[in-house]
Amino acid sequence: MATQELQVEDRARGGWFASLVDRPEWLGPLMIGPAVLYIVLLVGLPFFLALYYSLTDITAGSRTLGFVGLRHFTDIIGTTKFQTALKNTFIFAVGSQVVVIVLASILALAMQRDFRGKWLVRFLILLPWVAPISLGTIGWLWIFDSVYSVINWTLEALGLITQDTWPMWLGKPYLAMISVVGVHVWRLLPLATVILLAGLSSIPQDIHDAAQVDGASFWRHLVQITLPLIRPIMLVATLFGVVFAFTDMIVIFVLTRGGPYDTTQVLATLAFFTGIQGGDLGEGAAIAVFLFPLLLAVAVVFLRVARRSEVV
Amino acid sequence: MATVEARQVRKLFGEVRAVDGVDLVTREGEFLVLLGPSGCGKTTLLRMIAGLEQPSSGEILIGGRVVNDLPPRARKIAMVFQSYALYPHMTVFKNIAFPLKAQGVPREEIPKKVEWATALFGIGHLLQRKPRQLSGGERQRVALARAVVREPAVFLLDEPLSNLDAKLRTSARDELQQFQRRLGTTTIYVTHDQIEAMGLGDRIVVMQGGRVRQSGTPTEVYDEPADTFVAEFLGSPPMNIVEAGDVLLGFRPEHFLPKEAQDVAGRYTVLPFRVTRVENLGADRLLYGALEGKLDAVRVIARLPSTLGTAVQAGQRYDFAVREKDLKFFDKRSGLRTSPRPL
Repeated sequence: MATQELQVEDRARGGWFASLVDRPEWLGPLMIGPAVLYIVLLVGLPFFLALYYSLTDITAGSRTLGFVGLRHFTDIIGTTKFQTALKNTFIFAVGSQVVVIVLASILALAMQRDFRGKWLVRFLILLPWVAPISLGTIGWLWIFDSVYSVINWTLEALGLITQDTWPMWLGKPYLAMISVVGVHVWRLLPLATVILLAGLSSIPQDIHDAAQVDGASFWRHLVQITLPLIRPIMLVATLFGVVFAFTDMIVIFVLTRGGPYDTTQVLATLAFFTGIQGGDLGEGAAIAVFLFPLLLAVAVVFLRVARRSEVV
Repeated sequence: MATVEARQVRKLFGEVRAVDGVDLVTREGEFLVLLGPSGCGKTTLLRMIAGLEQPSSGEILIGGRVVNDLPPRARKIAMVFQSYALYPHMTVFKNIAFPLKAQGVPREEIPKKVEWATALFGIGHLLQRKPRQLSGGERQRVALARAVVREPAVFLLDEPLSNLDAKLRTSARDELQQFQRRLGTTTIYVTHDQIEAMGLGDRIVVMQGGRVRQSGTPTEVYDEPADTFVAEFLGSPPMNIVEAGDVLLGFRPEHFLPKEAQDVAGRYTVLPFRVTRVENLGADRLLYGALEGKLDAVRVIARLPSTLGTAVQAGQRYDFAVREKDLKFFDKRSGLRTSPRPL
């Protein structure tokens, strides 16, 4: 009797792997392990290395490095180049985020309705997110090209501009900033739309029905019911977008390389040009981590607000 | 005040006929209950009256006026949802004030009206709370207050008690009826719970498969069911339905009693009954078993009140009887009531 029971137990237990996944105290760490490893190796290490470099006089060619304290930071803060880049970073990040949130809200509200060809619209909206960023941006480089720009061709064909007044999209300071913000909006819009759509579909239909029966007009419904209810998730979407815009450089690097006259130079591109192309790793690192405390604070505030306004 | 009328209302969802030609008229100030199993179309019908769904065909009238093309806000109705659908980000006060603001009630009148509505349901002390800080019963009252506050012509209630526990439900039922009587507002109440329907309704409309099977007072639908569906849906345990030759014979468990317990003067039919199981529920005893004799081996249930002392044991055969006026006859094929005939 006793031996029979033991056999049954053995069979139920299976191999070592089965017994491992049956035990929560092992399964948890096992599942989260790869993610932790990934973050430590590919995010944590480079980050702390950058923090360390920003305090040293390391250059691309040198084999030695000396500790210089906060000298890089005090040096760069005074330069016009840095101040312009800092200002541009804020214009770029805040400008693109405002446009993204407004457009994404409209798109998400529209996508919530049922209409013919919805799948096609959804596909088109998601397309910029699926395409590799650099490839998409190269496409935009052609669209904005000073000679072949399809935008200009179209505007001219419509009679809105003449050959002499062709806008130089990437060559004029204001237009260049508008162009890079535009392309950044184009690529962030899908993510924000999908996040907001998820937020919208989490609102129970009963709430919308109740608002309708209670006599709410379209705007009252939107402003007093729908938007407050998706506010937490909207904050998360904005947080993603802001951090992304503050730290990303691909769009600007491909389109303008910070030009013309540094009018689209942001901290991320400046750090790259100084540290990698200029060889001054220490100063580049200092520029790159300069905004870290600010971003951290922004993230903390956003997540706090999002949690406080948690509604259900 | 207003009446609600549905004329040949249909609603198709693709191939499915959710509501299939319903005719319905409420009376002024009436408490009308739509009763039926889930999926019978009662909620869809209510949503069409509210204007949340468009009928595929037919007309809906409120106060004598066709409202098919009017949006919900123009129909002078208020609705309470099964989930209560309180706005989770607003306080109780703002929840109740919302319909008033939406209707453009002057700002200074709003607190007065909210106070009146909250006093009606005894929730004046909860005004500054958010819905998630309320119990189920409190939420239900807030939802009712929000419906009452703008004094609608018609109340539409969609299973408003089904999220309450059994004890609370009984008292909530009582309060609901009292406030409806006090306001005298025409009310349509959807439920799948026959006890709620019997207890609350001035009239009950029994629905199944998108159609109205019967409408009448609680006594009418219970005592004189129009077909076997109504007979079996109302009552717990349901009516016994037994095949007897070319008809179906129906009798309620509480009318199926030991012969000696029946009134001697009345005319009754004796049915031999072999008891297989006895369930003592306190107030009643339920006897499960099978008929013997002419109507062989058909399973039936008897319900004996505890005041009836007759000893009954499982495995024994007894002579049970049903008064002739308590025997209902149904057509075998259509399930509809037919005239009584000798067995």
